[in-house]
Amino acid sequence: MSDYILEMKQITKEFPGVKALNDVNFKVKRGEIHCLVGENGAGKSTLMKVLSGVYQHGTYTGDIVYNGEVQKFKSISDSEKKGIVIIYQELALIPELSVYENIFFGHEIVKKGRIDWNETIVQAKKMLEKVGLHADPSIQVKKLGVGNQQLVEIAKALSKDVKLLILDEPTASLNEDDSQNLLKLIRELKEQGVTCIMISHKLREITAIADTITVLRDGATICSLDARERKIEEAEIIKHMVGREMNNIYPKREKHEFGEVALELKNWTVFDPVKNSELLHKVNINVHKGEIVGIQGLMGAGRTELALSIFGNPTKYKVSDGELYLDGKKVRFKHPRDAIRGGLAYVTEDRKGNGLILMQDIRYNITIANLEELVNGIAINENEEINVANSFKESINIKAPSINQKVGKLSGGNQQKVQLAKWMFAKPKVLILDEPTRGIDVGAKYEIYSLMNKLVDQGMSIIMISSELPEVLGMSDRLYVMSEGTITGELLAEDATEEKVMEMAIKS
Amino acid sequence: MSEKKQEMGLGHEMVSMVKTNIRDYMMYIALICIMAFFTVKTNGGFLQPRNIANLINQAGYVAVLAIGMTVILIIVHIDLSVGYVAGFCGAVAAILMTKYNVNEWVAILIVLMLGVLIGLYQGLLVTKLGVPAFVTTLAGMFIFRGLLNLSLQETGTIIIPNEGFNALSNGFIPDLPVNASFHVVTMIIGAILVMAMIYSQIKDRKNKQKYHFEVCSTPIFVVKMVAFSVVIMVIMWTLAKFRGIPWTAVIVGVVLLVYNYMLNKTKLGRAIYGIGGNAQAAELSGINVKKVTLFAFCSVSLMAALAGILYTSRLQSATPTAGAAFEMDAIASSYIGGVAVSGGVGRVTNTIIGTLVIMSLTNGMNLMGIDISYQYIVKGIIFIIAVAFDVSTRKKK
Repeated sequence: MSDYILEMKQITKEFPGVKALNDVNFKVKRGEIHCLVGENGAGKSTLMKVLSGVYQHGTYTGDIVYNGEVQKFKSISDSEKKGIVIIYQELALIPELSVYENIFFGHEIVKKGRIDWNETIVQAKKMLEKVGLHADPSIQVKKLGVGNQQLVEIAKALSKDVKLLILDEPTASLNEDDSQNLLKLIRELKEQGVTCIMISHKLREITAIADTITVLRDGATICSLDARERKIEEAEIIKHMVGREMNNIYPKREKHEFGEVALELKNWTVFDPVKNSELLHKVNINVHKGEIVGIQGLMGAGRTELALSIFGNPTKYKVSDGELYLDGKKVRFKHPRDAIRGGLAYVTEDRKGNGLILMQDIRYNITIANLEELVNGIAINENEEINVANSFKESINIKAPSINQKVGKLSGGNQQKVQLAKWMFAKPKVLILDEPTRGIDVGAKYEIYSLMNKLVDQGMSIIMISSELPEVLGMSDRLYVMSEGTITGELLAEDATEEKVMEMAIKS
Repeated sequence: MSEKKQEMGLGHEMVSMVKTNIRDYMMYIALICIMAFFTVKTNGGFLQPRNIANLINQAGYVAVLAIGMTVILIIVHIDLSVGYVAGFCGAVAAILMTKYNVNEWVAILIVLMLGVLIGLYQGLLVTKLGVPAFVTTLAGMFIFRGLLNLSLQETGTIIIPNEGFNALSNGFIPDLPVNASFHVVTMIIGAILVMAMIYSQIKDRKNKQKYHFEVCSTPIFVVKMVAFSVVIMVIMWTLAKFRGIPWTAVIVGVVLLVYNYMLNKTKLGRAIYGIGGNAQAAELSGINVKKVTLFAFCSVSLMAALAGILYTSRLQSATPTAGAAFEMDAIASSYIGGVAVSGGVGRVTNTIIGTLVIMSLTNGMNLMGIDISYQYIVKGIIFIIAVAFDVSTRKKK
């Protein structure tokens, strides 16, 4: 057998009007961890869909050679039979079913026409041990955290006797701890002989784990870097991804002058009435005019809950204690609408899930949060609206044929720009950004950071919640660290180091 | 922009126009085919002025129901109770006018308010308690069917003597006192409608050009305008040859205008589409999802009450069987008219076309003397074809 477990040769895949993959060559050595990187739309996911049979043989040109044989997959089940398993970013588990049911979902252990549940549980336990998840296999999947759910997915893959495991942004929704855990597991799997392809945006992880790094850009292979021969620097990867040197990931700001306190929280305490648990305990934070304040913490630290409880509390948590001051005035918002009117804006972490209305166009999405300004009598002034949308499209560089483009068809970075435009049009005093650059490519990230700088220079205040430590350190003037619903530390940007922040983040 | 289009060539433009609007065009084509089929099968009887007026009067109550239903379906809820709410409201109107001698216009007002109250009750169950709309309105089906039976238990069918009330679904707009072989006012209204339509289309087109949006090329625009004008004038001429525009058409027209304006030009309309598209995102954009949902339930029940009035007026009596299966026609009209099954998409103007499809089928098959059992089957088949087509074209996009 050859040295390579997989060779994809001259793969070309066209969609109506677009060449998603153009003559791509992709080789994976047996037993390595191979990272696939590229900006959004570079063709990573398409390539993996070709490999796994989602795009069946015949809809693309080129050859897939796996274990020395040319493969003609007609569906995912064909590729799975050969030991190729793909785990998507959005987990494909059924939340209501138990862990063991999920692990063997679709390939149940059947004896004499009946499912052997006892054997299933025994096998499931074995798989869970392999991935290092010490949970009761009969627990419902929804009761596990995202990190553990990811482990269940991998256990499921192992139960299919996986030879080549493909992970699509496995750590995108994981916190630092869970991410490290997962990376450790991937290394262990490698020891056991599983070859792994990992798609990721997180360059730090890639440089830490990869044996080989392949960069795609605009549907073509740019290069394959061997990380075993020499250490690959992040900057080098970025250069290949964007096709130009990126010296500054975080743009510098002109001035750092802060005005008065724009928003202040005192002893903010929030309960979840359903679970009857305390989500936030006596949180004290403030942000000045013209300041970017970062909120860092692990997933589940209560950062999103904090933002939502300030922003009109749509999730119906109970704010049991504490005060919120905006411009020195004590306020308490009952609905996001009140919060918007009061001068707050909240860019959600999940732009597709609860941020944008994907089936509507750019114009609709930009103006929806502040239609009051466009209403003449009872009708919306559509000419005015078009002007507003066009000027935002222009000024923040939303790439689309026109403002009548459906938002669902835009790339992640452009969707995020639409979100920002929407809230800029609402003219808030305080802008809360929740994971503003998740799943966005490097170029668009830079644009969004520059935009943030511009906004604070105009006197706006920004609260930035982010799991990406370098981003928080690079962008904030000051940052708070949260852990288990409390603020465990406050640092000025110049004093903050990754070590200090992590230490505070795991403190409870 | 229009010049750029012309470079593409007219044939090319037409092909791309058909491609992008295939769903809408299919609906019109289906309607034309159905009408042509019945015209042939009834030796022209279907297109007789008398029958067209009849069709409009028959379709009126379904049209207003379907308009209300469209809004509910856009926000991904449903109202199954509209049929019996309509029946019950019609019965209440009849009782008020006959037993209590309430003036017919006052009775109508009371019944419309009753409709809003019913909507409030069902809407509050859905928004405040979180009972699914399907369950709430299924229960409503039971309740209002019972109430309808109960209210007519002693009297049986109530014959309505009030002429004004009965004219709503049987009468026609008055004519000028001139001696003509056709209805003059109808033709005048037709001419006004054509001018208004052309004026607004030209204005809209100019506006789009101003912002460099794509518009169709001049020849196609002219052809479109001429075609629309001809359709309007032919319909008006047909009506003018009989007794003019039915009052039902006026009522449906007003309702249609109000809802179309509301959905396309107001904040409320934006909120409705937003909730249908993504309720969570809408809530976080400052839309009060519960309030808007409550409004939609009130609006659909108000339309149900109006439908009850129109239906009762059509029969000139309130009967215990009124309202049965109205919801089926209303829901089918909306879906045939292009409301997305997954919500967030739909236009009331297209819903009206859907109503015409459904009611042309009913009317035509009645003329042909087809048994009611077959009628249901045919309607069901047309309905499922329409939705299957809709779902598959949306997937491609």
